[in-house]
Amino acid sequence: MKKMKAITSIAVTLALSVSALGQSGQSAASSETLIKNATILTASHGTIKNGSILIRNGKIAAVGVDVKATDPNARVIDATGKYVTPGIIDCHSHTASTGSINEGSMSVTAMVRIQDIVEPEHPNIYRQLAGGLTTVNVLHGSANAIGGQNAVLKLKRGKPVNEWFVADAPPGIKFALGENPKRSNFQPQPGQQRRYPATRMGVEEVIREAFIQAKEYMAEWQEYEKKKGTDSKAIPPRRDLKLDALAEILQGKRLIHAHCYRSDEILMLLTLGDELGFKIKTLQHVLEGYKVAKEIAAHKAGASTFADSWSYKMEAFDAIPYNMAVMASRGVVVTINSDSDERARRLYLEAPKAMKYGGVSEEEALKMITLNAAIQLGIDHRTGSIDVGKDADLVIFSQHPFSVYTVPEMTFIEGEVYFDRKADLEGREALKREKEALIKAERGQTGPGQKKDDRPDPNLRPKESPKDQEDINR
Amino acid sequence: MRMKFYTLVSILISAAITLPSVGAQGRGDAIVIRNARIFTVTKGVIENGSIVITGGKITAVGASVSAPGGARVIDARGLSVYPGMIDSGTTIGLTEVGQGAPGTVDTSEIGDNNANIHVDIAVNPESSHIGVTRVNGTTTALTMPRGGLIAGQSALINLDGWTWAEMTLKARAAMHINWPGGLGGGFEFGGGQQRAGAELRREQDRRIEELKKILRDAIAYGNAKDARARDASLPRMETDLRLEALVPVARGQMSAVIHAQVERDIKKVIAFADEMKLKIIISGAVEGWRVADQLKAKNIPVIIGPVNRMPNREDDGYDAVYTNAAMLHKAGVKFAFQTMGSAEARDLPYQAGESAAFGLPKEEALKAVTIYPAEIFGVADQIGSIEVGKLANLIITDGDPLEIRTQIKHLIIRGRDVPLTSRHTELYDKYKSRP
Repeated sequence: MKKMKAITSIAVTLALSVSALGQSGQSAASSETLIKNATILTASHGTIKNGSILIRNGKIAAVGVDVKATDPNARVIDATGKYVTPGIIDCHSHTASTGSINEGSMSVTAMVRIQDIVEPEHPNIYRQLAGGLTTVNVLHGSANAIGGQNAVLKLKRGKPVNEWFVADAPPGIKFALGENPKRSNFQPQPGQQRRYPATRMGVEEVIREAFIQAKEYMAEWQEYEKKKGTDSKAIPPRRDLKLDALAEILQGKRLIHAHCYRSDEILMLLTLGDELGFKIKTLQHVLEGYKVAKEIAAHKAGASTFADSWSYKMEAFDAIPYNMAVMASRGVVVTINSDSDERARRLYLEAPKAMKYGGVSEEEALKMITLNAAIQLGIDHRTGSIDVGKDADLVIFSQHPFSVYTVPEMTFIEGEVYFDRKADLEGREALKREKEALIKAERGQTGPGQKKDDRPDPNLRPKESPKDQEDINR
Repeated sequence: MRMKFYTLVSILISAAITLPSVGAQGRGDAIVIRNARIFTVTKGVIENGSIVITGGKITAVGASVSAPGGARVIDARGLSVYPGMIDSGTTIGLTEVGQGAPGTVDTSEIGDNNANIHVDIAVNPESSHIGVTRVNGTTTALTMPRGGLIAGQSALINLDGWTWAEMTLKARAAMHINWPGGLGGGFEFGGGQQRAGAELRREQDRRIEELKKILRDAIAYGNAKDARARDASLPRMETDLRLEALVPVARGQMSAVIHAQVERDIKKVIAFADEMKLKIIISGAVEGWRVADQLKAKNIPVIIGPVNRMPNREDDGYDAVYTNAAMLHKAGVKFAFQTMGSAEARDLPYQAGESAAFGLPKEEALKAVTIYPAEIFGVADQIGSIEVGKLANLIITDGDPLEIRTQIKHLIIRGRDVPLTSRHTELYDKYKSRP
């Protein structure tokens, strides 16, 4: 019996022992941590040379050249020669979600929620923490014109998942324009009908129709609310979860993150928003944003783009790496996102591309992966820059974060260490021994009914989740 | 009169505008680069030196050189000169728009054995990817076919020229074989497929046997053809273009680039090359570090990349892909970098740089995008370093070319000072001046 349990727990133990590697969520004994002698890139008020940051109870208590800990037992990290930046924020992610992120069976699925499929165990979470990533905007896919609701998470690996949600982040929703919602690159399965819409014209009508329905629904509720005080027989309208979410958009309570590529469709959505009374919080990808930068700025929409991806499909053919600089110069709040767990772990090397292509300043480039993302997600009151009172979401880099030779060494979320390269390297030998012991134990217990070939093959990479396959829906 | 004045002014203006492109002169014109910090890659750094280019080649390098009269002078004070970079695996010139425009994609032929196809003749010199890539410092790329078990023959192309023929540095550079089963050379999206272990392995072994049979057929074909050439009384041979193309590969005279990623596959590739007596290069090799000693023992060069991908196994170190190059280097394996793409090719230097962040010496990272690929593909007499007699494929930069913020100031390919424009700079110039 005991043996049986051991067998079943092997997989679990393996996963857990990998978790131990990063000493996730390890707290200092004291409530204070002092990072001293660092070059601090604040993202809000310039660079502080030879500066220190005092963290107390998960918040930044002080930052400057003359900062000391008040608690004699405070954890002190000597960061001489190193650089500290705010924790990196990815404004377009599909990480930590299980299964498909596309409820693409209908063109409007405003009722579905990413928060229901958050998966805190995926190994990519640790790999992204190792790239300095602390906060992610996990979005629904782009298969339909109005997709599902997002989740803004901090990657508090090892903590219960309910603690990952940024509680005061305004809720959001995914919209999508262009090739993906019109399904032009996807063959329907045999026997399956093509879904409406198939053109950019149809995409506009789908969104228009949805908002008109939402307005009618809101009017019904208003009428009921008015009546119910005086009319005891007043019947409430039937609750519609899809229209509830759209109503929240019209009330300014839910942020639109709209996937888009071409300038025509960008302008279409901005115009439709002005006509029907909704605002676009961020345009996602927005690879031709540089063509309509002034219209984007006038709408006060943010832009969240790739640094230099292009030509992977027709609507990405006019993408240029100068996009970030052009939009920023017209006053658009610009961020650089990943849309990929792999790219998410090197966003600090994507940001300097905004400097290379179009000459954005260093601080502005840093904002594009920190403060601007916090602004776009409505969480800049608590994260995104190194300012007193904000969450201690920080990264320590071995060299300037924009140097190709830099290595992220420590990642903090709310003052706790979620990645420590030194501990990682030191722990590898122990992990290796543990794995060997576990494999040995498992081999010893292979019963007659269990064929050798049924065991997972370590030569194969982990099975790609359907969401990886749908990456082309970015 | 007034009209005439404006005409004159506009002629002068257009003359001024066209001047820089006059600077982009023919291959024969002489250029001298002066006051430069010269990173020769093979012969150290010259702190304040000059390079003379005539007839498209480097004709002098040194602290003091004599330049031919009338040579155009590029003053590189405060700047550095490096050899142009080489990307050891791309599809540049063969693809324009990856998805939704199949008419623009010529990477993959139909069928298992495509040994006879050779990509050099399908390179579109007007592809926007060529300009976009070269302005970031890559002057030569291996462009390769991707489809089937035997994908066909790659070409080394210089990223400038009026025709594919002018661009071609080495046609038929190598034969490309996609190792069956496991993980292919695959692109990141939708790359790997996982099937049940035993079934997969049986299928893989069957495919490897197929591959061996094709190569043995090629040897027999070559021998029969040679015999017939010696003795006309033997029966006439029917030409088989596929086997014909494979004869030099099967005889170990032409390199086979075998695309394989994981430990088990790489081990099988090594055994296969041994048995079939092939001259091979392994491409991909995300788990090359696991078999570094065996690669070294057989002196098999490796083309690493893309570096921007996730580790293969769940319990690999998070940095396993980044440290791959450093571990191969430590074991003494010869290696070079590839981007394995076309749109992504401009980021080649950063992939080398990321490997240097994780343990690869910086000089080695630079060599792995310059002289090492030239050596691996047998063109080190022509490119890969700044030496007299080599092609003038050079970049003049304001810093380390592996750093993202570094700007390229001049791009010289086969002696031509190529304008630093591309489809992207043109769109930028157009829209940044939108009122």
